[in-house]
Amino acid sequence: MRQLFKDYEVRQYVVQVIFSVTFAFSCTMFELIIFEILKVLNSSSRYFHWKMNLCVILLILVFMVPFYIGYFIVSNIRLLHRQRLLFSCLLWLTFMYFFWKLGDPFPILSPKHGILSIEQLISRVGVIGVTLMALLSGFGAVNCPYTYMSYFLRNVTDADILALERRLLQTMDMIISKKKRMAMTRRTMFQKGEVHNKPSGFWGMIKSVTTSAPGSENLTLIQQEVDALEELSRQLFLETADLYATKERIEYSKTFKGKYFNFLGYFFSIYCVWKIFMATINIVFDRVGKTDPVTRGIEITVNYLGIQFDVKFWSQHISFILVGIIIVTSIRGLLITLTKFFYAISSSKSSNVIVLLLAQIMGMYFVSSVLLIRMSMPLEYRTIITEVLGELQFNFYHRWFDVIFLVSALSSILFLYLAHKQAPEKHMAP
Amino acid sequence: MASLDRVKVLVLGDSGVGKSSLVHLLCQNQVLGNPSWTVGCSVDVRVHDYKEGTPEEKTYYIELWDVGGSVGSASSVKSTRAVFYNSVNGIILVHDLTNKKSSQNLYRWSLEALNRDLVPTGVLVTNGDYDREQFADNQIPLLVIGTKLDQIHEGKRHEVLTRTAFLAEDFNAEEINLDCTNPRYLAAGSSNAVKLSRFFDKVIEKRYFLREGNQIPGFPDRKRFGGGTLKSLHYD
Repeated sequence: MRQLFKDYEVRQYVVQVIFSVTFAFSCTMFELIIFEILKVLNSSSRYFHWKMNLCVILLILVFMVPFYIGYFIVSNIRLLHRQRLLFSCLLWLTFMYFFWKLGDPFPILSPKHGILSIEQLISRVGVIGVTLMALLSGFGAVNCPYTYMSYFLRNVTDADILALERRLLQTMDMIISKKKRMAMTRRTMFQKGEVHNKPSGFWGMIKSVTTSAPGSENLTLIQQEVDALEELSRQLFLETADLYATKERIEYSKTFKGKYFNFLGYFFSIYCVWKIFMATINIVFDRVGKTDPVTRGIEITVNYLGIQFDVKFWSQHISFILVGIIIVTSIRGLLITLTKFFYAISSSKSSNVIVLLLAQIMGMYFVSSVLLIRMSMPLEYRTIITEVLGELQFNFYHRWFDVIFLVSALSSILFLYLAHKQAPEKHMAP
Repeated sequence: MASLDRVKVLVLGDSGVGKSSLVHLLCQNQVLGNPSWTVGCSVDVRVHDYKEGTPEEKTYYIELWDVGGSVGSASSVKSTRAVFYNSVNGIILVHDLTNKKSSQNLYRWSLEALNRDLVPTGVLVTNGDYDREQFADNQIPLLVIGTKLDQIHEGKRHEVLTRTAFLAEDFNAEEINLDCTNPRYLAAGSSNAVKLSRFFDKVIEKRYFLREGNQIPGFPDRKRFGGGTLKSLHYD
């Protein structure tokens, strides 16, 4: 939490508490999975802990966090300050309504259960979370090789940066000279006794149409020119910052760490291409894998390489390690992305809302990753998850994940391609 | 019109403290209606009468460069910002009275801006820690302005103002506390307006009349005494 809020103070402790609680319970879920594999604790107590954990998380995700988000959004709008509670309740009800509507187009409604049962809530949370996960993975799968590999880095020289800086300063000088004229005009007008007021009200506007002093006309004209120039200066500033960042990346790639990451980048890009390929095949051939990679890997080694070893013993350990790695990297990746995102858009006004939004997203992400992790575990460990989560159509979720993953990966490829093409042309033109 | 002499003053501070509102108030004597994020740098010009009321009165342009961003920005953004710090004649440091962190960040802001100009004297500071000695031979006049005064309750006002007094003491600068949405804090003749005018006069003096680099007489003595007696009460 300190990391996220280094530059700003979170005024309300409630927000911090909610965020920490969400995070804690999500991690507990993952711990339970690990316990499952390692067979720590009694089986029935594990079941009980699962249920309790799930209930609490769902409670937080569906009831508390949206309510607080609505509350903070409403407090930011000055008009509705008086009836804060009323409006936040209204917002919350709207949220619940849309949340419910979400369930209709998907084949997850089974008529056996009641309205507020766990299965209903989880199915909806799962849908949102899976969509989110797929979007993030799709984008990450494409962005990761793009960032790591130096093949894509544009060549930036110091001369380019200097030229751009000079243009920026020239624009600033032009803005300054225009503002000087405006300030002088205003001063002479003030000294001559014409006070330049913005026309207010109906009569004021009518009056200003007919009798407008030449000074104020001049001012509005110059003001428009200044606005255009200021927009230009902002663009130039952003471009210069971009060039500096690219130059740093080029220097970084020449070091050892850079080379190491470059190599990793190639490796990752192969992995990402393979994943996209698998997703396509899954959709086209309408197939959902029944066995998990670990058992398949062991089967392959046993059958083709003729190495004999105790399948059960090894599968437990290997699957534990694999699941552990997946969990740790996904948590780490999520937190890093959230931190970067938070720095980019934070401001002291909306930090509360952002923290709550992040807590919500994180909770949903974790719940759905539990759903999906079921795929990577051997059969005997899947039972507990299947038991706890009830009769969900797991195959549907995997299919949905693949679809969204594919869509997101393809669109991010397109997006990055366009961005890459557009950038060099901007800098080549003088 | 443009033949008047000019001085350049930077306005630095964290995001959201009210630099743009302040600059708008100073230059156009109006309250800024719709503040929005400053990307890059926005400049405004104030016409100032140096030594007003005396026979030596002369009008100058004061350019207020309002640089946006935060101290924790990526180093590429910092390098881009550095292009604005060239040939600066004065610095206004803005902090938010309701946000203690913004006051503490002022040390880093001033170091970022001053490091750019310390190159001629050959003193390059590589770590970012605050060191009082650096401000000892600082030639550039500083002014500390605290905003959002109206949002502090009456009871807490004394404590906050004591803290900011120590802050201004550290920088060897004057301080002004105001609310950018209320022009009466800078009304002509008020003590704030006098301090502001004195600051601008000092900037102009440094730029145009003390070019040989002599320090203002009495300047180092005052700092030594002030630093000695108040150091034990320094609030950290």
